[in-house]
Amino acid sequence: MSFLPFVVVAWVLVAGLYGIVTSRHLVHQIICLIVVQSSTYVLLLAVGYRTGAVAPYFYDVPVHTPAVDPVVQALALTDVVVEAAVTALLLAFAVQAHKRFGTLDPHELVQIKG
Amino acid sequence: MTERWRRGVFLAGAAVLAAFLLWGLAGLPGFGRYPGPYGDIINRVAVAQTNATGVVSAVNFSYRGFDTVGEEFILFTAAAGVATVLRHLRGEDKISTRQEALDRVAPPASDALRAAALAFTGPAILLGWFLATHAQTSPSGGFQGGVLLTTGFVLVYLAGQVLLFRRVSPEDLADIAGAVGAGGFAAVGVTALFLGQPLLSNFLPLGSTPGAVSSSGTIALISFLVGIEVGAAFLLIIGELVDQALLLREGRA
Amino acid sequence: MTGLLAVTTPWTVPAGVMGVLQAVLLVLAAAGATAVVLTRSPVRQVLVLSAYGLLLALLFLVFQAPDVSLSELAVGTVALPALLLLTLARVRRREK
Repeated sequence: MSFLPFVVVAWVLVAGLYGIVTSRHLVHQIICLIVVQSSTYVLLLAVGYRTGAVAPYFYDVPVHTPAVDPVVQALALTDVVVEAAVTALLLAFAVQAHKRFGTLDPHELVQIKG
Repeated sequence: MTERWRRGVFLAGAAVLAAFLLWGLAGLPGFGRYPGPYGDIINRVAVAQTNATGVVSAVNFSYRGFDTVGEEFILFTAAAGVATVLRHLRGEDKISTRQEALDRVAPPASDALRAAALAFTGPAILLGWFLATHAQTSPSGGFQGGVLLTTGFVLVYLAGQVLLFRRVSPEDLADIAGAVGAGGFAAVGVTALFLGQPLLSNFLPLGSTPGAVSSSGTIALISFLVGIEVGAAFLLIIGELVDQALLLREGRA
Repeated sequence: MTGLLAVTTPWTVPAGVMGVLQAVLLVLAAAGATAVVLTRSPVRQVLVLSAYGLLLALLFLVFQAPDVSLSELAVGTVALPALLLLTLARVRRREK
């Protein structure tokens, strides 16, 4: 059990990469990129976890209760929202590529020049 | 290189990558045994120092506020980038939104969809507002509050009211709101400089009750500004994509 | 394992049950990611992605990270699928 989260992280990362490499549609590739990004969130949270601890919010528990690491949660939190915006930028590029070349197949897009 | 070769080469490389990754992760202290000092130190001192009971938000907006400024500007730039990439190029003529909405042959939104959108728009905006302003108390904060605010507006679009959506979220207003949010965050940070303290330090007076709305100094203010900025940025992005979905004709470029 | 609990509130789950929940959700997340990658049609993939976002939000919750769970819920279930479907609508329109 103590190694399961890291195995899952590696699996999700490799699965996402597989999807990117064998994809025939630009939007499918972007969604696989989202999956790869999600593996990093799981890794961040798994690193900061402590067994039996509570969430780092001391509104209703006393201050010296053992809690999980808040720093990695802060990182993951801003990560989630910001990477959605960057994905939107990638989608905008995909839309423009479709407008110019008429196709969203990455294999065909590579061969078009100019 | 054919498909099968490509797949085989990738799987070989991925196996090596996974092996190295797992080898590296095995050097960590193991799941559930968090050793590091920083998390414990912050948990112990954050409530006393900032009067905020939500330690994650205190870390985000006060202890590591500089990182958050950077992330927010990434968001801002991404929204500006989407607007730039999807600008109307020479040769495209945009039918007015009204004409396009009248010409749409898409199936009209079902009654269930419209009823659900009607029921959920108000609560979504209210909940987003609540989350954006209560960062210091409980699990909330500017980022998720901002996304929920956008969701409230998008529900209007989902109900089939395209024209109403464009009217309540005009691009200029979203632009201004985003600028106010991002600029406000930077202004709060720089104000601390003018007061002789380090950049982005917490200079507003801390209240007396930990976890009250006005008690944590700049954290509540920054969270509110971040909420506005994130909401406006996402609204701008979705507005751009909606416009794209409505563009009909393209002249010969 | 119950001796490891930091504090007991009326809503506390025994540590053993939490471990089982985490293991189950981790395996489900791995399966969900595989499903997202293996779905070839982009429109269907968006729906599977939405379900995967919900799974991830639950996983973050049992990792004692409610803030991250809220973020992932709002973004991965609503905002990202909305962006993706709008893009797909734009692309499909041109192919008519």
